[in-house]
Amino acid sequence: MSTKPVLVPSSDTTMSRRGFFTKLGILFNALAAALVAVPIVGFLSSVVTRGRANGYLSWVQLGKVADFPEGETRLATFRNPYVMPTDGATADTACWVRHIAGEQFQVFAINCAHLGCPVRWFQQSGLFMCPCHGGAYYQDGSRASGPPERGLFEYPYKIENGLITIQAGELPTPGAAIAALTGEKPPCAS
Amino acid sequence: MRVMIGKIGDWFDQRLKLAAPVREIAEHRIPRNTASWWYVFGSGALTVFILQIVTGVLLALVYVPSGAEAWSSLQALNHAVTLGWFIRAMHGWGSNFMVAIVLIHMVQVFLFGAYKFPRELTWILGIFLLLMTLGMAFSGQVLRFDQDAYWGLGIGASIASRVPALGPAIVKLMLGGPIIAGATLSRFFTLHVFVIPGLLIGFVCLHLLMVVTLGINEWPMPGRIVKRATYVSEYHELTKKDGEPFVPYGVWKDMFFAAFIILAVAACALYFGPFGPTGRPDPTIIQTVPKPDYFFLWLYALLSLLPPSLETPALLIGPVVVIAGLLLLPFLSGEGEKSWKRRPIAVLTVMLIAITLGTFTHLAGFTPWSPHMNAWSGDAVPDQFIHGTTALERQGALVFQVKQCRNCHSLGESGGQRGPALDSVAVRLTQDQLIRQVIQGGGNMPAYGKNLSPAETTALVAFLETLHPKGQAPARDASRDLALGDEKPVGQP
Repeated sequence: MSTKPVLVPSSDTTMSRRGFFTKLGILFNALAAALVAVPIVGFLSSVVTRGRANGYLSWVQLGKVADFPEGETRLATFRNPYVMPTDGATADTACWVRHIAGEQFQVFAINCAHLGCPVRWFQQSGLFMCPCHGGAYYQDGSRASGPPERGLFEYPYKIENGLITIQAGELPTPGAAIAALTGEKPPCAS
Repeated sequence: MRVMIGKIGDWFDQRLKLAAPVREIAEHRIPRNTASWWYVFGSGALTVFILQIVTGVLLALVYVPSGAEAWSSLQALNHAVTLGWFIRAMHGWGSNFMVAIVLIHMVQVFLFGAYKFPRELTWILGIFLLLMTLGMAFSGQVLRFDQDAYWGLGIGASIASRVPALGPAIVKLMLGGPIIAGATLSRFFTLHVFVIPGLLIGFVCLHLLMVVTLGINEWPMPGRIVKRATYVSEYHELTKKDGEPFVPYGVWKDMFFAAFIILAVAACALYFGPFGPTGRPDPTIIQTVPKPDYFFLWLYALLSLLPPSLETPALLIGPVVVIAGLLLLPFLSGEGEKSWKRRPIAVLTVMLIAITLGTFTHLAGFTPWSPHMNAWSGDAVPDQFIHGTTALERQGALVFQVKQCRNCHSLGESGGQRGPALDSVAVRLTQDQLIRQVIQGGGNMPAYGKNLSPAETTALVAFLETLHPKGQAPARDASRDLALGDEKPVGQP
């Protein structure tokens, strides 16, 4: 013996008990998804939000002023201030230090302003040349020829107790914050 | 024994209920003339994809996705683990084959009009499969965490940073932090091993399901027009009248091609070996000439040759236009002729794109736009340019080398190709023009005024003036003769 379930006539205005609970179930799941999405989005976007408060940039020592003879441009390396245990050698960064005179310096990022390849300094012709797409820069970092639309990126620097220190921590790219720091605003950022 | 196997089979089928649908798929009728060698590329792509999954899983047994250790684990695979080099080589060559076969498959589908009604969605899924294949190729190149991978990521970041307003945020999301480092590798590992393959498997299944349910595209006949109203019934008529079951009528060619592809990948792996890794991913080692893998070389060339002002718009808008065009194609020409014999624009488009990509790839093989970093110290000035020259001209040749002019200009076919070859520059430029060009630069040449003393400039130009073929006089300024009239130059009797 079995009793047939009583069919509730459904119309636009009435809702069956099961239909109601199904909709409630969907709503309940949507709520759960929205709640769980908050920490997920927070986790994923942390790499961006941390940087917004300048969390990645710090002052890094490059070495003694005496190590960079006047009138010359030399390669210096530093360990990125923001390091993770699995970074290995990738957290080491190179930059070009140009000692103009006295306490006047220019510290250029190694990355070409075109697409980030490592530029090389040629003392004799006073040029930085890029091996990738043929960008070239003068000794003061200004654009000489090739595809770059601007000069080399510069790190802000200061001299303290005979040490040269730069503000670094981010990969310099045509649109990155580091460009804004040096006063040269990227064409598209506001 | 047979009875036993039959019984076990029945036991499973009673529970799985798969035998009937599988048989239905295997025996679905295909038009007779589609059992052609032209129709093997889809299954060929699937074969390489399966091969990539198998070799990829094997590599993951040893590979360590850590910025500090990935490179060493690849060295271990190459040198310490038995046959590790072969599995790496299979996976690397498999990726080249996969990109190539997917592209050939796409061209075949396009030329055979297979994207037309009712297979629009199959084509659209195919576009996503192509994009995911390219995504796998790029992320795979990153996992080979060497110098090329490192600087390739830098190029990717530089391109991404040009997106208006969102650029810097996109770069950090892409890199997993402020710089290219361990977190970046972990991200690309996740993409390459979990996210994209998962999507690929799902999309491949849907793509195949549609091929089976909608039926394989019939061999295009000139004049047989696709119309939405009649196509489906015409197709069914065709498979009924002139069709055969896929198994065994069509499948044997797919099987032959699959085996051939696997053997070809293995042969390349055996003969050419694995790809890299090149130098350690240490950004303080700047003596490197980064280059992308084969399938992205055309892009590398394009980025060198585009005018600077066009580059950012081309990079940001170009892909959107291309992908939108591909996705819209079946809606713009969903009906009409399928045969390439009646679609000259389609054929010309394919040829134009193939020639363009081929030319860019060829150019990227010898990068004429890049200075040769060691030409100034490595390539000697050929004898014939020094023979019989004065002391001043020889001094000029020295300046020419020492000031690295050679990095961009060739002499006797050695040296850079960034600027023009100077073997006969004296025929093209007068003395005044040479001096102006050297000091002020221009036409994509840097100005050397600040780096050349007057004496060096004089010597250099004197040397450059000797660079003309025998029997062909160097260029001279005719107006000067006219202005100076009969007056003889100072210093001559």
